[in-house]
Amino acid sequence: MASTDFAAGDARSRRAYAEAREPAVPAEPEAKSWSNLHAPDARSASAASVPIAAGGRALKIFLRNPNAMFGVVFLSLVVLAALLAPVLYPADPLSMVARPFLWPGQNPAFPLGTDSMGRDVLSGILHGARISLFVGLVATALGLSFGILVGATAGYFSGWIDDLLVRLIEIFQTIPSFVLLVVMVAIAQPTAPVVTVAIAVITWPTVARLTRAEFRAIREKDFVMAARSLGYGHARIIFREILPNALPPLIVTSSVMVATAILMESALSFMGLGDPNVVSWGSMIGAGRELIRTAWYLTALPGLAIVFTVLALNLIGDGLNDALNPRFSQER
Amino acid sequence: MAAPLLRVDNLTVRFPTAEPVSRLSFEVGEGETLAIVGESGSGKSLTALALMQLLPRSAKIPNGRIEFAGRDLLGLDQKAMRNLRGREIAMIFQEPMTSLNPVLTIGRQITEVLTLHEGIRGKAARNRAIELLNLVRIPDPQRRIDDYPHQLSGGMRQRVMIAIAVACRPRLLIADEPTTALDVTIQAQVLDLLDTLRRELSMAVVLITHDLGVVAQWADKVVVMYAGRKVEQALPGALFRTPLHPYTRGLLAASPRLKTNLHYRDARLTEIPGSIVSAAGEKGCPFRPRCAVARDSCAHFVPALVEVSEDRLVACPYSFIPEVAHGVAVGL
Repeated sequence: MASTDFAAGDARSRRAYAEAREPAVPAEPEAKSWSNLHAPDARSASAASVPIAAGGRALKIFLRNPNAMFGVVFLSLVVLAALLAPVLYPADPLSMVARPFLWPGQNPAFPLGTDSMGRDVLSGILHGARISLFVGLVATALGLSFGILVGATAGYFSGWIDDLLVRLIEIFQTIPSFVLLVVMVAIAQPTAPVVTVAIAVITWPTVARLTRAEFRAIREKDFVMAARSLGYGHARIIFREILPNALPPLIVTSSVMVATAILMESALSFMGLGDPNVVSWGSMIGAGRELIRTAWYLTALPGLAIVFTVLALNLIGDGLNDALNPRFSQER
Repeated sequence: MAAPLLRVDNLTVRFPTAEPVSRLSFEVGEGETLAIVGESGSGKSLTALALMQLLPRSAKIPNGRIEFAGRDLLGLDQKAMRNLRGREIAMIFQEPMTSLNPVLTIGRQITEVLTLHEGIRGKAARNRAIELLNLVRIPDPQRRIDDYPHQLSGGMRQRVMIAIAVACRPRLLIADEPTTALDVTIQAQVLDLLDTLRRELSMAVVLITHDLGVVAQWADKVVVMYAGRKVEQALPGALFRTPLHPYTRGLLAASPRLKTNLHYRDARLTEIPGSIVSAAGEKGCPFRPRCAVARDSCAHFVPALVEVSEDRLVACPYSFIPEVAHGVAVGL
C-alpha cells in the first residue's frame, strides 16, 4: 500500500526540502549522552521544521474533485446561513409577521413567502439550518466518540471484553433504530439536546463495528508488535499507533453520519416529535404537509434544503473516500 | 568473569499442540554478540519473543528461567516488563517495510519512545532524534526526520528501526533476522552499523539469523538451534573449523565458502535432505530423520548436550567418531 505511492511522496518531499533551506541555527550544545559519539553535523544543524502537511497529497486529490468541492461550497453556505440567521432575522421565526399564504416572490419583503400562519419561510429555513447542523454535528461527534471507544477496546483486546462489547452492539442492532429513536424522544422531553443524544445512541453501533474491524486488522501488523517491544502501554498503542491508521474509513463514515442525523431529526420533527419551540426543516415540512395541494412550496422549499445539505455531505464523504484511500487515488 | 547480562535457563515455550522451543539455555555477557542460527521453524524468533515477553497469548512457558541483569523476567508483572522493554531490552524486527507506523513521520516515532522512557519532549526530543538518525548514518537527518516511512528505502527504514531501538541506550538488543528483507549490499552495512553501535553503546546483541556468513563475521558466540533445541554452541572460529553436530556440518556444507567453493562450479554444495517439519512428533533426536549418520539408538533418546571444551557444547554422541565426521564432511 505504502510502497505504491513513492512517486507522489518523492515529489512532495523534494519540494519540502527546497523549502527547508533555512539558515542553520546551531542547536544549543546540550550535554547529552550522545555528545561523545559522532553526531557533529547533527548538533550543528538546525532542527529546521520541514513543513510537510500530513495528508497533503490527500488534500490535493480532494481539492481537485469537483463533486467534493460542490459539497464543500454548499455546506459552507448552509453553515453561513446558520451563523447569519440571528443577524438577518433576529425575530423569532415562529412569530406571525405577514398575511398567510404569500407565495414566493409575491412580496419582496418575504422572498420565499409565508406559511398558513403567516410565518416567514426564509427565516424558518435559515433558523432551521441551525438546528439541523447542531443536531447533525453534535450527534455525530457523540456517536463517533463512543463508537470509536467501544470498537477500539473490543478490537484491540479481543477475548471476553470483545465478546461482551459485541453482544452490546448486537443488542442495539437488533432493535429497529428509528423506532428506538421515537421511543427515546417520546419518553424524555423532546428538546434539541435530547434528540441529539438519542440520535447518537442509535448511530454509535455502526461506528463501533467499523472501528472494531479496522482494529482487528491493524492489531496484527508488525508495527504494533514493534510498539509493544518498545514498552508502549495499551492506551498509547490504541490511540497513537492504531487509531491514526484506522481514521480514513471513520472520517468518510462520519460525513455520511452527519447527513443521516439531519435526516433523522427532520423525520422526527415531521412526525411532530421534535422540539415544538424551535423551527426545523422537518417541522416545516410537517406543517406544510396538509396544504401540499394548495401551497406546495411550503414542503418543497425546506425539502430542497434537506436534499442539498444531505447531498453535499454525501459528496464530501465520497471525495474524502477517494482522497484518503491511497489505492483508489493511485488508479485515477 | 562477572555474571552474564542475560541468562536463559531451560526455557521451554509451549503451544497447545507443539513445543517450538524446548529446554533452551544460553548466556549473553555484557557487550557480547550472541548469534542464534538455525533454519526457518527452528524456534529462533519465538525465543526472541519469549525474551521480550511478547509471545502470542496461546503460548505458555511451563518451565525455565530468563534472568536479565539479575532479575527474573518471567516473574515480572506487565508494568515492570513494559518499563524494561525499549529502555533496557530493545528489539529489531525482520521486516523494516512494515515495522514502522506508515502514517507517522519517523521523527514522531523516534521522539515517542524518548518521551515515554526518558521524558524528553519538544525541541530537545527532536534534536535527540536528529542525533540518533545521524548515529545510524542516515544522510541529511534534519530533513529526513519529517519523512514518512514510505519515502525511505528498505535499508533506511531498518536504520530508523535501529535508531528507535537504541534511542534509550538499551543494554540488550535483540535483532531478529535484521537483514533478511534487505539486499546483500545493504545487509553488510546494517550489520556493520549494529556492530559499531554495540561497541559504542556497550550493549549486548542477540543476533538471530540463518545466514552463516553473518555469524562468521559478527558473532562472538554461536548457538545452533534445531527444532527448538540447542544442538551446538561454539565460538565462531571453532564452529567453522571443526563443526561437530551433523546438522551444523550440513549447514556449512550447504553454504558456499571463500577459497574452496566460492561458486557451485568449483565444488558442489550439498543439501540437508528433508525438512524441519519431519522432526515433528518424532521421538528421540529431532534431527534423526534427516541425519546422514543416524544410528538406531538415536530413535530412543534425545541426545544430551555435552561440554566438549570450554565454550563448546554439542548434542550428538556420535559427532566425535572419525568416520562419522568424515562421512558428513564429504557431503555423502
